[in-house]
Amino acid sequence: MPRALPNCIDQTHELLKTADYVADRSLATALYLSLTMQRPLFLEGEAGVGKTEIAKVIAQTLGRELIRLQCYEGLDIAQAAYEWNYSRQMIEIRLAEAAGEKSRDQLSQDIFSEKFLVKRPLARALEGARGAAPVLLIDELDRTDEPFEAYLLEVLSDWQITIPETGTLKAAEPPIVVVTSNRTREIHDAVKRRCFYYWVDYPDAARELEILRRKAPKAAAALSREVVAFVQRLRGVDLFKLPGVAETIDWANCLVALDRVTLDPETVNNTLGVLLKYQDDIERIAGEEATRLVGEAKSAAVAA
Amino acid sequence: MFPELDSAAPGGRLAENVMHFARLLRAAGLRIGPDRVIDCTRALELADCNRREDWYWTMSAVLISREEQRPIFDQAFRIFWRDPKLTEKMMAALLPRAHGRAAKPEQQQSQRLSDALFNQKKPEEQQEQQVELDARLSFSTREVLQRMDFDTMSAAELAQAKKMLAQLRLPLPLVRTRRLEAAPRGARMDLRATLRQSLREGGGLIPLVRAAPSEIHPPLVVLCDISGSMNPYARMFLHFLHALTNDRDRVSVFVFGTRLTNITRQLRHRDVDIAMARVADAIKDWSGGTRIGACLREFNWRWGRRVLGQNACLLLVSDGLDREAGEGLGEEMQRMHKSCNQLIWLNPLLRYDQFEARPAGVRAMLPHVDRFLPVHNLKSLIDLAHALARPEPRHLEKRAWS
Repeated sequence: MPRALPNCIDQTHELLKTADYVADRSLATALYLSLTMQRPLFLEGEAGVGKTEIAKVIAQTLGRELIRLQCYEGLDIAQAAYEWNYSRQMIEIRLAEAAGEKSRDQLSQDIFSEKFLVKRPLARALEGARGAAPVLLIDELDRTDEPFEAYLLEVLSDWQITIPETGTLKAAEPPIVVVTSNRTREIHDAVKRRCFYYWVDYPDAARELEILRRKAPKAAAALSREVVAFVQRLRGVDLFKLPGVAETIDWANCLVALDRVTLDPETVNNTLGVLLKYQDDIERIAGEEATRLVGEAKSAAVAA
Repeated sequence: MFPELDSAAPGGRLAENVMHFARLLRAAGLRIGPDRVIDCTRALELADCNRREDWYWTMSAVLISREEQRPIFDQAFRIFWRDPKLTEKMMAALLPRAHGRAAKPEQQQSQRLSDALFNQKKPEEQQEQQVELDARLSFSTREVLQRMDFDTMSAAELAQAKKMLAQLRLPLPLVRTRRLEAAPRGARMDLRATLRQSLREGGGLIPLVRAAPSEIHPPLVVLCDISGSMNPYARMFLHFLHALTNDRDRVSVFVFGTRLTNITRQLRHRDVDIAMARVADAIKDWSGGTRIGACLREFNWRWGRRVLGQNACLLLVSDGLDREAGEGLGEEMQRMHKSCNQLIWLNPLLRYDQFEARPAGVRAMLPHVDRFLPVHNLKSLIDLAHALARPEPRHLEKRAWS
């Protein structure tokens, strides 16, 4: 059941909270603006900070369909926007031949009509009815190449797709668009200009604790505090890949599964692979450093 | 469509202030067009900001387009929205300065103009010099220049070398993409084009239209050493990099001595002299010491994952002489090597026939490069161009030196 868009920043903030997404007010502001002004929201940030989740939450709370376009190298129009159903078209040509159809114009009109069009995510996102526009998630845009970005410009600014054979597909109501990027390369300014930009950062301790409370409810309060304190300290270390929120949640769940109620250096050493995904980083932390961090985290958790 | 910018209407001052704020940001180097100013005014009206925090995040969502811009934005925001009156005065003081900065390139150009005039006066002298060279050696100046080391060239020779560098093109190997393009002998079939072609002829015949994966240049990332020992080569190489940057897309250039500087944007300027002046402004550690390990580490940490995607090719220009005796260098080189498609090390010291991999830095770096080539004169750059065009198995390259 599609719901109406929020009316102010506070409502947007509440909306995110109802779906267990603990957001900053800054994110609520950017999201509210993008919803109201019908602009795409461009989310950039390290892997595992909850960028994709935002789109899912919007779709869920507003009761809209979520259309996801996962980007990859070599993504082209046929997979992203639309494609013709070639085999059916060929059969149609044969049938027309058999029926003795002579008019070429008529034939090409028949062949390139709506019923032979296979719609892919971008085209489907433009089909939303008024008040029920879907959420279009363009995930990891940095994985595609520049030509695809250029193609997106028409979709993102005019909410239309031009199909040379037939004409233009135009949205009755623009979809709610969320674009995410891991910043493995810079996205062109022309795309960014059309969007509202938001940098999704690692959460602070209070917010991360709140996230754990909602996402890993089985973890004891004391354990959660220690986990958060540990991860927050880990983010201060000069690591190649810092653990994101997703890793924190995984780790908390993992500790619960191991029946731990408090952190100890040995468990941390054994489960570091959940938090850190590079061997160099693990080598650096495992052992003394881990023991030191656990000690610090424990005292910080008690103090909090 | 456009919001009302009537200054009499309530909130009319708002548009004006936003405009001034945007101009302030623009003067500070952010690229903000009038469209964003209009967006920003609308957004502020919509967001109905009562709190300073909302005000801040609304403007940041509209006006910022990359996270690096935030420090500048923060400063400008703090100064501007404390007291707009004050800032108006400041803008009045600041704008002429901004104009002054914009006018600087013209000044440089006029300098170049005078240079050009000055040079025109004595073409005879130059010709004489050429004749002399031709008399002494039996090949052309071009050839002489190609062999001469960059550090033994006179000013005039350097100028000519720069000109030749600008014409040199670097044919990097192409990489295959997953995208298809029309190709008469392609292995795949483009069904869409086939059907269109068929209908053009009435649908009776179906001529096959073929396609094949397209090939593109991979992104090129250059890391250039600018420490004291590299001084004579680095300057020339920067000219070459300028030509390269303007020749194709997806080139990122970093220089390092004791710290790492990204000079891609500075090199983008079409005019080589202006670009070089900007580069000189950006580089703080020109001709200083070398901390290769630390700089490579910073590159890996901050930039590696942002610029080395999509099968990038990495050129490392350095003599491998490290102040810190190669500490931590091996690991960083290994990481760098693993994150790119091809790592090519250009070393000017290779011109000496007795070069041995003695220095600790060189020894630490050698195991992790795909190719190891000299880069001390123009000829070696031309060789480089050839070498890059035909990738060879890496073990053949390395064995000679390790």
